Amino acid sequence: MSLILALLLSPLFLGMIVKIKAFFAGRKGQPLLQFYYDLVKLLQKGVVYSSSTTVVFRLSPWIALAAAVTALCILPLPGYSSWISFPGDFFVLFALLAVLRFSLVCAALDTGSSFEGMGASREVLFSFLAEPALLLSFLVLSFGLEGYSLHEILSNPFSIGGGKLVALYFISVSLFIVLLAENSRIPFDDPNTHLELTMIHEVMVLDHSGPDLAGILYTSALKLWILGSLWVGISSPWRGGSFYLDVLVFLGSMIFLAVIIGIIESILARVRLIRVSHALSLATVLAGVALLWIIG
Amino acid sequence: MEHTILNLVVLTILLSNIRLLNTSRLPVMILSVAIQGFVIGVLPLVLHWERINLSLWIIALIMIAIKGVILPRLLHRSMQEAGVIREVEPFVGPTVSLLIGLFLLALSYWITFPLRASLPEELFFVPVLALFTVFNGLFLIVSRKKAITQVIGYLTMENGVYAFGASLAVDHPFLVELGVLLDVWVGVFIMGIAIYHINREFDHIDTDKLSTLKH
Repeated sequence: MSLILALLLSPLFLGMIVKIKAFFAGRKGQPLLQFYYDLVKLLQKGVVYSSSTTVVFRLSPWIALAAAVTALCILPLPGYSSWISFPGDFFVLFALLAVLRFSLVCAALDTGSSFEGMGASREVLFSFLAEPALLLSFLVLSFGLEGYSLHEILSNPFSIGGGKLVALYFISVSLFIVLLAENSRIPFDDPNTHLELTMIHEVMVLDHSGPDLAGILYTSALKLWILGSLWVGISSPWRGGSFYLDVLVFLGSMIFLAVIIGIIESILARVRLIRVSHALSLATVLAGVALLWIIG
Repeated sequence: MEHTILNLVVLTILLSNIRLLNTSRLPVMILSVAIQGFVIGVLPLVLHWERINLSLWIIALIMIAIKGVILPRLLHRSMQEAGVIREVEPFVGPTVSLLIGLFLLALSYWITFPLRASLPEELFFVPVLALFTVFNGLFLIVSRKKAITQVIGYLTMENGVYAFGASLAVDHPFLVELGVLLDVWVGVFIMGIAIYHINREFDHIDTDKLSTLKH
């Protein structure tokens, strides 16, 4: 169920963020469904391959997409079991996200362009800094809730109880920073710009075209959805009784998240590249503080 | 209710410490240390709520006034007189400072652990964070170049000493504290004057440059 929701709605989520940004800028903005149109348009186009690329370049978008879809199979709807669920499955989820990133980085290096190599190095550096925060957060949660699968962690994180609830707030903030950084949202990277020296993610996909680019765009929408729903699962305390109510609550929380991201992107400027690692280390430190808090 | 307030106090101390490590802007640092001083001034009232008496009230109010208002204002004034707004190029940058801060928090946690049996469950974090504040202040002193930042580090350390005293000593922590505070008072005074004069003589207050005088 979570898989179907994600596959259908993740481009809409991006569309909502763009719409909210347009609202803040006083523009009408592109239609909500623009990302679907983009995907359809790109799928109908032909592909251009540079003569310096190899099979790695051609495979990478589809490996990335496969990794994202597999990760979605592991990701549960908060409060419900997912397709694949076992103790420690969040490690596999993060490993799949790493596979996704690895294949995109490989493709970027495969083009032989120095510009893309630079983007790849930045992407790897920042995810290297973001991953400890992500892992530490989920270690803290599984320790505090004594549940070791995502299903158990997300089913009711607020049962962590009493003074330890504070750790949850720290983790929520930490995960939000990681969410923005990993999906190259605005304080860290601007998803709209091209040919800017500070961009991170976009620079890696400059050489992809046609269906390959569609695969990559769709993958990044899915990635945003994955991290977004992890954040929503941890930060929203409401678990309704019935299944449909829960789905509604979940979607409402996702809309809320889109509004938050849209507002943040409207009111913040992009930070200097050197400060990105700074913010990510703050995320790691917050997760570490949460760990100490929960042990105590 | 008391539990919530205690949690809030503890969290404010923690977050102000992180903010102190995180930023290089002096107004922000002074504001953080002021908030921290205020909250630490409130701490004995929260901890000893049941047997609060007039002397405790008076001492707490004096502490709040000194730590939360007077010393930060003095710092602010000497900042404006010296004309520094940023700590440029500290010995340890903000990213590494944060990670070291996490290590210091773990260290103070580890040191306080044996005290655990003698403390009520909900009070455990107060001495931990008091020690962390002390370490944090010491770290700020050794890792930053500007004299004002070092004074801020000194104040942070003193905040930690006071919080540690308030959380552990039951009856007369304040006599000792008043003595310590007097030292700090003098320290801030002298350093304030020194900063002012260093600025007048040399146009900068980078203490690192002083060490070259030895050669």
